[in-house]
Amino acid sequence: MKAFDYYRAGSPAESTAAVASYHNAMFLAGGTTLVDLMKIDVLTPDTVVDVNPLALREIEVTDEAIVVGANVRNSQLAWHPAVRERFPVLTQAILSGATTQIRNMATVAGNILQRTRCPYFRDVHSACNRRAPQSGCDAIDGFSRGHAVLGVSEHCIATHPSDMCVAAALLDAEIRTMKANGANRTIAFNEFHLLPRDTPHHETVLDRDELITHVVFPTVPIARRSHYLKVRDRASYEFALASAAVAIQLDGDRIVEARLAIGGVATKPWRCVAAEQSLVGKPAAEQSFREAAQIALTGAVAQQHNAFKIELAKRTIIRAFATITEVTP
Amino acid sequence: MNDTSVATTRDVRGRETVALRINGTDRPLDIDIRSTLLDVLRENLQLTGTKKGCDQGTCGACTVIIDGQRVLACLTLAATCAGQDVRTIEGLASPESLTALQEAFLECDAYQCGFCTPGQIMSATALLDEVRAGVPSHVTSNVREQVTSESLSAEEIRERMSGNLCRCGAYPNIVAAVQSVLAMENRR
Repeated sequence: MKAFDYYRAGSPAESTAAVASYHNAMFLAGGTTLVDLMKIDVLTPDTVVDVNPLALREIEVTDEAIVVGANVRNSQLAWHPAVRERFPVLTQAILSGATTQIRNMATVAGNILQRTRCPYFRDVHSACNRRAPQSGCDAIDGFSRGHAVLGVSEHCIATHPSDMCVAAALLDAEIRTMKANGANRTIAFNEFHLLPRDTPHHETVLDRDELITHVVFPTVPIARRSHYLKVRDRASYEFALASAAVAIQLDGDRIVEARLAIGGVATKPWRCVAAEQSLVGKPAAEQSFREAAQIALTGAVAQQHNAFKIELAKRTIIRAFATITEVTP
Repeated sequence: MNDTSVATTRDVRGRETVALRINGTDRPLDIDIRSTLLDVLRENLQLTGTKKGCDQGTCGACTVIIDGQRVLACLTLAATCAGQDVRTIEGLASPESLTALQEAFLECDAYQCGFCTPGQIMSATALLDEVRAGVPSHVTSNVREQVTSESLSAEEIRERMSGNLCRCGAYPNIVAAVQSVLAMENRR
């Protein structure tokens, strides 16, 4: 690991000031991404600003929303009674990722900012436009089984690895931030992550000195009937090959409203609005879900080893909707 | 902006004195800032019960309990642990008076080579507290309900222990050890 300076920030303002003033400085929260990637020289900050001492550890529950401090740990959020009651999909998504040890360390903000698991990103000897701009992409002609089929570009096909983010996309979460100049803003979750396009190293809309302070989950009645289904190579402790977060409101067996977001197959948490709209007014039946799944995967681009993900994602979507509507597919 | 305007602890580049508290004892240490908690435990404090398996957050051999939560010492910078309560396998009990879980590992033969065992025991110790708190896991069918030790299936224990690998494959006996402690608590 490269040598670095270490600052323990006493307040959000101090932490953003420190990151703004020092060369190549990064925020450190749970460490499950940053420390991991520093050990293998993928991330090499000159200064690490530890934001763990900041408050930002509260989960505030009101009728309108659940407001989560950036430093709340993944476990703490998943296990919170109000989250389990209002947003079962969020609890299920978080608990399907990693292990208890890692979820106890990783923060909610850090989950949103976690980096791809693309093996070429993680290997400093490989070409990777995301890690080293303009260096190329060894994944496209390489071993691409785990890579994305949606939102890809000729410069990057890295999968966004988070489960929690798929639920956050479904729930229209909001991200509150502050910058060194004191400016605060609220960013819609589905506008937070960027497609790789020709600048895959720009992963989010955040400025370098911008700190996530809170993540807001607005109360939405449809989320009471919601579900997260994750399909992977192992039963536990593995990233998704495909996943689906779904929520639905029925009137009898007619669909009044539906929501869908998918993971494991896209370069960012992937909300499927057109597929959702296709379900409105349809019967809660396998055929409706199949048509929605077809729409959700429209435009998918496969590489040599990941074409199976297109069909797998469709089946995952169908099964997730079938599970919450108790339809037998 | 100059350095003094930031009210943070800054020492000589790359080193810092950290006020660690390990197994109830204050252990202030001057360390390289890059040191993980795992390396400080093993190399600076000679607490070698905490094992280095993968050193990249995959195997769980380095599991310790910080402020009541099981975490991985290999992905934790020791400098971030100042003021926290770190518990390792050495602080769990004494050889003369083991915890019920440690006794159960002996009874159930829940290990072969023993390398992963401290991590397994620290992880399972926290698992028992999580079950007492009623929190769900990935395999809990209804996350709105509290789990209970009576209803905790072997599948639940396997899922909750999936962060601890055992290359000897002692998994069935590890599950049995955890189950036997839960059964003992239910009889009380």
